[in-house]
Amino acid sequence: MSFGPHLLLALLEGSVSAFVLALTALGLALVFGVMRIVNVAHGEFFMLGAVLAAALAGLFDLPPAIGFALALLLSPILVGAIALVADRLILRRLAYEPEATIVATIGLLFILQQSVLSLYGPDARSVAAPIDFRIQFPWFGYSGYKLIVAALAGVLLMAVWYGLKKTKLGLVMRATQLDSEMAQAFGIPVQRVYALVFALGAMLAGVAGVLIVPIRQAHYLMGLDPLLLSFAVVIIGGLGSLRGALMAAFIIGLSDGVISVFFSPTLAKILATLAVALVLVFKPAGLFGGRAQ
Amino acid sequence: MTNMKSPVKSEGRSKVSRRSALKGLGAVAGVAASSALMPGYMRYAQAQTSEPFRIGFQVHSTGIGASYGRWYDQTTKAAVKLINEAGGIAGRPVEIITEDDGTDPKRGGEVIEKFASQHKVDAVFGTLFSHVVIGSAPRAGELKMPYFVVSEGHHVASGGLNRYVFQPGITDVKSQVISLAPWISGNLGKKVTMIFPDFAFGHDHRDYFSAALAAQGGSISALIPIPPTESSFTKYFPQIPADTEVLYHVMVGPGVLTFVKELGEFFGSKRPQIFGFIDSLEAVDIASPGLEFLDGTYFWEAFPRYAGAKQTSFDKFYRSAVGVDDKGASLADPKDISTYSHMFGCWETLYVIKQAIETSGYQSPADKAKLIEAVESMTGFAEGNEHPQGEKTFVGKIHQAFGHQFISKVENGGLTVVHQTSIEDGLYEPEADYTTQSL
Repeated sequence: MSFGPHLLLALLEGSVSAFVLALTALGLALVFGVMRIVNVAHGEFFMLGAVLAAALAGLFDLPPAIGFALALLLSPILVGAIALVADRLILRRLAYEPEATIVATIGLLFILQQSVLSLYGPDARSVAAPIDFRIQFPWFGYSGYKLIVAALAGVLLMAVWYGLKKTKLGLVMRATQLDSEMAQAFGIPVQRVYALVFALGAMLAGVAGVLIVPIRQAHYLMGLDPLLLSFAVVIIGGLGSLRGALMAAFIIGLSDGVISVFFSPTLAKILATLAVALVLVFKPAGLFGGRAQ
Repeated sequence: MTNMKSPVKSEGRSKVSRRSALKGLGAVAGVAASSALMPGYMRYAQAQTSEPFRIGFQVHSTGIGASYGRWYDQTTKAAVKLINEAGGIAGRPVEIITEDDGTDPKRGGEVIEKFASQHKVDAVFGTLFSHVVIGSAPRAGELKMPYFVVSEGHHVASGGLNRYVFQPGITDVKSQVISLAPWISGNLGKKVTMIFPDFAFGHDHRDYFSAALAAQGGSISALIPIPPTESSFTKYFPQIPADTEVLYHVMVGPGVLTFVKELGEFFGSKRPQIFGFIDSLEAVDIASPGLEFLDGTYFWEAFPRYAGAKQTSFDKFYRSAVGVDDKGASLADPKDISTYSHMFGCWETLYVIKQAIETSGYQSPADKAKLIEAVESMTGFAEGNEHPQGEKTFVGKIHQAFGHQFISKVENGGLTVVHQTSIEDGLYEPEADYTTQSL
């Protein structure tokens, strides 16, 4: 394959993974930004989204498109509900202390993972794509559904941005992020905001999981990769900076796609990890992080 | 992170004092010590002969091998039930002690140790994934624990492990690919691109299939190793040269459905011939959405998943004992697909252990040397209910069994056998001799 088509394939692969990664990492960045919690179980919410989608889509004998629409609607809500319960039972009891919550979310990671293994089983389950077509380029074919995933993720990202910048709820969240004690003094129910943010962060990961399931299948161990990449994104973008997380997701996603296709996927992973290390050494607040913590 | 703001201040955190913690620990230790002296521990002291044989089952209940592990477990339970119903081994019952290794090589070694020191088993069996076998085998050798793997890898037959490790229930990869290469180059094409997982099992495929293909006058167009944790594959496909006649794929892990789907999207209808190893699709329904692309491609099978026209009475017996229908799915749930081409190895290995104990007169772990020598002196197994996959030749020097292999075509959402190899097709000169190692 010559250079042009090779590059096209690399960019296609890169943008699809960048959009999905942006959605997942945004959830992590939001939770960290507002609550100052490093949620190690974030990847498991991604996995839960995918697994619940596979379960819901197979529950009724519906046409693939309707089954998937149902999953896209219900699965993130269920994931959000699970996150709310986790917040209530675990995080709130630890008073959202940064160190304690790291250990607690590691525990949550294993609880969620092993529960899915016990209740859902170890097999990878596939879900039919709601819209399945193949785009034939002169040199190779490409999945149409992947492009739809990228577009949907883009729409969701815009919706989150709009919600944070233009709605009252977003204002309350941003106020809590800036100074939670002051926010509380102004009558903002900080604990409720925390619960909401934690659920929202989990739902973003969950929705990314639903979108990816027709491409990658649902499997109980699938949460690790998005977790590591999301951490890389959040560190490079600047802890707590949403704009930074978005920029970093596209940098990592696209470079991963291009380096994987032209060189090797292992090299892409090495370079991403190296970038994280370099950012931590030379610009600990991240490339786009405003305030140093 | 200590200087991060924690806006909701903690209050009234429960304080566990050093004194109360120590008290609690002391109580736990006391209970543990006294329970060790309880009579249950000495149940069999006076009754040596009725004491069951204890066989350790090292199983992948969690981790990437969990789909296989579940079926290895089901097959093992079925075989042990039959053995015990028929009077056990040498008149003594068999007890299976199961330990999960998490499909993790490090944990594998620990599990062997636990079997030896804590459970005090007579033998260990059942490991599948090659990296776990390679991680566990040295410990089995050091502890002088007879260790029967059901793994397919060439590591046992290569001579790279030790005298305590056997693979009597399933053919190794080297033998499989040697027996398949003539059919592939004769029927599908001579220019082959290989896609394989980048660890021991995949390297066996790479090395031995490349050599076997060259011996048939074919050539390898490209070798594409895939890291074992990979979850998307389109980025590897540009490496497939345009002159490829046959795409040879062997993948293990949950990513396989993605692999096939993306392959279909990449190639469309203008695909090369495709030959795969069913390892990729064990526990996966051939009629899953996205697998339509495989229609008309070929697979290696060790034991045909779909009971075809040539089904033997032994296969019928084995299927009903394990609880698997004619399509290789669970009788309880037709969506639950078995790992049919591998799990028979557990069944057959247990019967080999039974035969070895009975012919050697093995009584207790003090007789381990007799047991090892008994297995080494075996030369083969006849087809039957104890060996439903078919007859096998066993080469004691390399501790490895050799059986028939099958090539099946994907059609109508199922698999149909198109070719069966002979045992001789897959025999090779032993590369080692374990029997010269000291016991």
